Parts: sequence; structure tokens; C-alpha cells
Amino acid sequence: MSGYADPHFDTLALHAGSQPDPATGARAVPIHLTTSFVFESSDQAASLFNLERAGHVYSRISNPTTAVFEQRIAALEGGIGAIATASGQAALHLSVATLMGAGSHIVASSALYGGSHNLLHYTMRRFGIETTFVHPNDTDAWRSAIRPNTRLLFGETVGNPGLDVLDIPVISHLAHEHGLPLLVDATLSTPYLMQPLSLGADLVYHSATKFLSGHGTVIGGVVVDGGSFDWEKSGKFPELTERYEGFHNMVFSEESTVGAFLLRARREGLRDFGACLSPHSAWLILQGMETLPLRMERHLSNTEKIVEFLAAHPMVSRVGHPLIDSHPSHALAQKLLRGGARGAGSVFSFDIRGTRSQGRAFIEALKLFSHLANVGDSKSLVIHPASTTHFRMSDEALTSAGIGAGTIRLSVGLEDPTDLIDDLKRALRAAEKAA
Amino acid sequence: MFIDVNGYRSYAYTGGKDFNPAQPTVVLVHGVLCDHSVWLLQSRYLAHHGWNVLAVDLPGHCKSEGTPPASVQQGAAFVQGLMDALGIQQAALVGHSFGSLICLQAAADLGKRATHLALVGTAYPMKVSQALLDASRDTPDTALHMTNVFSRATLAPPSGAGSWVFGASMALGKRVLASNPEVNVFYTGFQACNSYDQGLQAMAAVTCPVLMVLGEADQMTTPKGAQPLIEQAQSSGVAVHINRVPNGHHQMSESPDETLDALKAFLRIA
Repeated sequence: MSGYADPHFDTLALHAGSQPDPATGARAVPIHLTTSFVFESSDQAASLFNLERAGHVYSRISNPTTAVFEQRIAALEGGIGAIATASGQAALHLSVATLMGAGSHIVASSALYGGSHNLLHYTMRRFGIETTFVHPNDTDAWRSAIRPNTRLLFGETVGNPGLDVLDIPVISHLAHEHGLPLLVDATLSTPYLMQPLSLGADLVYHSATKFLSGHGTVIGGVVVDGGSFDWEKSGKFPELTERYEGFHNMVFSEESTVGAFLLRARREGLRDFGACLSPHSAWLILQGMETLPLRMERHLSNTEKIVEFLAAHPMVSRVGHPLIDSHPSHALAQKLLRGGARGAGSVFSFDIRGTRSQGRAFIEALKLFSHLANVGDSKSLVIHPASTTHFRMSDEALTSAGIGAGTIRLSVGLEDPTDLIDDLKRALRAAEKAA
Repeated sequence: MFIDVNGYRSYAYTGGKDFNPAQPTVVLVHGVLCDHSVWLLQSRYLAHHGWNVLAVDLPGHCKSEGTPPASVQQGAAFVQGLMDALGIQQAALVGHSFGSLICLQAAADLGKRATHLALVGTAYPMKVSQALLDASRDTPDTALHMTNVFSRATLAPPSGAGSWVFGASMALGKRVLASNPEVNVFYTGFQACNSYDQGLQAMAAVTCPVLMVLGEADQMTTPKGAQPLIEQAQSSGVAVHINRVPNGHHQMSESPDETLDALKAFLRIA
């Protein structure tokens, strides 16, 4: 692959991490459905266990098919490497558990996917890790929430479902001033619309279940390290900078100047927590990633048409997409996302005028949009967040996340946009009649 | 471990094992805008197979204090100073790129104290184009992209689970550059490579066996570029081993096993 320029995004989406199989000539990435790998010799076995040679031992720790997915997403994000996990939630947990233990603290955006909010607000608290939630665009609140025991700042590139754009350059600068890394969930933007590492984030994770795989067939996640954060200089991460008895007394930051986080996350996190990705799932995600740039463009163009339609419809009181000038993140989206505000993606919310039962009538009248709990599928999806994905949140937390009782969330798919608009028209008419 | 070398606190990674004076020693020297961590796999293997490993951070790079070597000779003096500081009578020297020239000069200066000389990704003369030199001084990020593209030969590096070596090189280069706010170690290192004119004389003075690990698709130090050193070594009568690996300039991460196996055979590790 010698050349004169960095390979471009569309090329990396197809080729990064893979080559024709040297054993068979297979052009597609082979699925290595095996738990373990035969050692060539006792010496090689010992070397693999002791991180003296590159290779695979056991598929909970690493696998050749999964490694292609990891290299590919790392390439697309501009990172140094990645670790695939069983889900996006597992990627968030792995990131947190690698960086801190009981007594630590996180500052997180309040505009989070409900599952992330649950993990941080309820579950991690049980393990002694507390989280303070702040509005993503309130820089002073981020600053004020940082404590001596804070170990991480965390937000979403575009919040779910309000599409509050995180000002990554500002928040990462704040994090670095305090010797802290910034982790971002980039599920909704994908590396096609934003590369958070280039804006200052240190770690990025995805629910690969969504746009990366794109076909609603697989659950998976991945965390990517930008290799930019200096754990030794920070002095707050003994997990990475002091001897770890649990793995050959290794000092991870000494072994790898830029890869300490990934070393520990794999050697401890995958080994002990075990939330690894199946090679078959990795393969399914890879099929989606090959067409990620093409799909994302269609997601965006369909979304533009639907936003325009909804914004003009009398039954709609609000459209929560930065394409609308009055959206609080309109200017930031213009600045940080590919193609400006259209780059805020195809998952957004809007409010229907009327009662809760009218909202229900709307959802039940839809034919093409499927009512289910997912986003980022090739097929268009719809859900009522207040009663489903975000139902554990209090009214106050819902308001803070930009969700009302009548808010509807759409995930716009790849169908013909005329058909999607017809479906919405019909459902809005049904909602009107249900008054 | 940290060692006082010529009055400066200097760092050498020991591969996860403590230094043992009873064992033979191998010194590993990195190239421009790199540090000890480029030898991660190879140094751990050697350290766990009977060798003292000293994978250094050159002066003024990352964990090592001091002034970055402005010439190959200054780098070689650091290697000699390191051995003296630890009371090492003899050592095998292994260098990559700029580090290969440093080890070549050190082997010449050390005479019988150098037991083996392994040059990974080497060439002589090691000329750097004026455009790249200027970019390394004026726009290091651009120069880093250029060297990364020239150095890497594959989009499917076999370096194990999920590592993306293009990104890792970029991140390491930025980290090394940032580690010295006073001296641009990128430009200084390239200048030292570009201006070194004692390669053939140094090779003529080498008395130990020589190994060359050359990347077949290496655009930074092409296999052809190593030919003058090979011919000089052969005419001097020292044993020369040539090992070609199927990748680019970052042999240790693009061909980690092949590079290790070449070193193993050369150092005669069972």
C-alpha cells in the first residue's frame, strides 16, 4: 500500500485491516469461528502469553476476524487501535473500568442515551463510581463539576435524541487542563460525519449495532484509542502507569508510550470482564462498514427532505434537528460536522401537537417506519422515548435531555424519501383525527 | 530503568526483566521521532530469553533528559556512555533507521566491545529530501504524514489484535515531538541522518558480524540504499547476513515476527 498520500476514508472503509487471505486467496474477510489457536511450539505459546509476539491465543482476548474490524474502525477514526466488545454498553463499561475504580468520579453530559445514563447513574454508583451530569453546552457546569477524584469527562458527539452537539474542542481542552481524558460516544455521527479524535477527544466508542453495521442484524460495540492522552503526565491513572501484578507486573505506559489504555483494556478488561465480540458479529459489522460512506449520504439526504416536510406540517410543533436554524446546536453543528448541520445525522426527534393518545395514534398508523427500540438501521424506525428508551428518567432528567412527553424519535432509513414522507403524512392525519 | 549517562537521566526499557550483569546485553536504538516502544515485542522476547535489553530513549526524547543528538556521532557517544555507565564490557547493537546509523558508528567506535551489529531499515547515505527536511522543521504534522505514508507498506498490518500502525506511528510521532519543547527532534534527527558522511569508514572499522533487516517495500530506506554498506562490510571481511522482510520501513510493527526471527537467528537464541 505504498503511495504518496494517506488512504482516504472510502478506501479505508473497504480495505483497512484486511487483505486477501494468504492461505486461500479469499477476497472477503474470512470468519474465524474458533475459540482458540494452535501453538506452533512451546516457545511460541509462552511468547504469545507474555506479549513477546503478535498473534492470537483465545477469542475472548483477540481473534483474526475481530481484529480486522478493530483495525478498520481505528483507521476510520484516526486512532491507534481499538477493542471490539459485545455491545456499545460493554464498550462504555470497559472504558470506565479500565480507567478507574471505586472512589472515582465522572462528569458526563446529561444528553445521553438512556442506557448510558442507567449504567452511570445507577449501576456504576453501586460499584463506588459516581457521576455528575451536566448540560452538554454549559462549559461552566462541566468545569464546576470536576473534583479531585474525577477521572473522566464523557459525552455524545450528538446527544440522543435532542441532537445537542458536544463542543469537543472546548470540552477536551477543559479536560486536558485538569489532566483528564475525554471519552465520547460517536454512535450517531459515525466517523463519516465526525472524527472526534481529531477535534481533541481521547477515546471514542460506538454501538456498532447502529450505523456501522447498518442492517439491524447484530449487537456489538467498540472503543478506539487516539493515543493522544499522556497518562504518565496526568499522574491520575495508576492503573496504566504503575506495575500491575495481574499481568506480569507490567507497567502499561512503559510498554507502549501511546497504547497503554488498549493494553490494559485488552489484557485485563477482555480477559476478566469477558464482554468480547463474536467473530461472526464482527464479520456482520464489517459488511456494513464497507458501505458506510454510501449509506450515510443517503441517510442524510432522506433526513433533509423529512425535516423540511415536518417543519412545514401544522401538526408538528417542533423539529429537533440542527438543520433548523433555531436548534440550539445549529451553529456548532455547522462548525464541527461533515457538511455542516446536515451532518448531525438521521436520528432526531419532533413533537406532535395534541395529547399523548394522539402521539400513540401517530405511531400506530405508520406502515414503513417500524416501531422498535433501535436506531441506525437501513430501514426507518420510530419510537416514543419517554415511554421506552428513556422511561427510567425523571421528568426533570427528561427535560434536561430535551425530551418531552409527546416527543417522537425517528431514525430515517434508506427507503425512497417520497414513500417515507407519504407514511408520515398518513400517520399525522391519523393523529389529527384522534383528537 | 533510568541510568545517569554523561550527567543526564536517561531511560532504557528492559523488556520487563531486571538488568542482570551476568547476562549478555543488547542495546536497541530507535529512529527519528520514535522511542523505545517501537521495539515492544522484540525487546520483551529478548529479555525473556537470556538477554539484558536496553531499549533506549535517545537523549532529549520522551523519558530521557539531555540534548537530542545532532549528529550520528553524538548518538554513538550516547550508546558508549550508556554501556560505560552500566559497566557493560560488551553488547550487541541493534538500530532502526537513524538508530541503525548510530549503532553502526558506535560499533566502529567500540571495536571489540560490539559483539553484533543489526541494522534494521538502513541505508547509506541516508539522504533526506530538502522538501521533507524543510517540512520537518516548518510543518512537522505534514512531514509526519509524509513519512508515515512512505514508511508503511500495508493496510493490513499483522501486528496482532486491533492495532492500527498508521495511527500508532502518527500518535507516537506527535508524542515524541511534544516531549521536547525546546528542540525539534524531528528536524534534528533528519538533519543528522542527512549529514552523516562517515558510514563507509565506520563499516570498514566494524569487526563484529552484521545483520541487515530490509523491508522489500521500504520507501524511506530502500533495500538498494543499503547496498554500499553491504559491499563495504563484505570487502572488510566481516560476516554479513541479509534478511528481507515483506513490508515497509517499520519492520518491527509491520513484520514483527520476521524481524524478531532474524534477530534471534543472528544473536543465536535457541
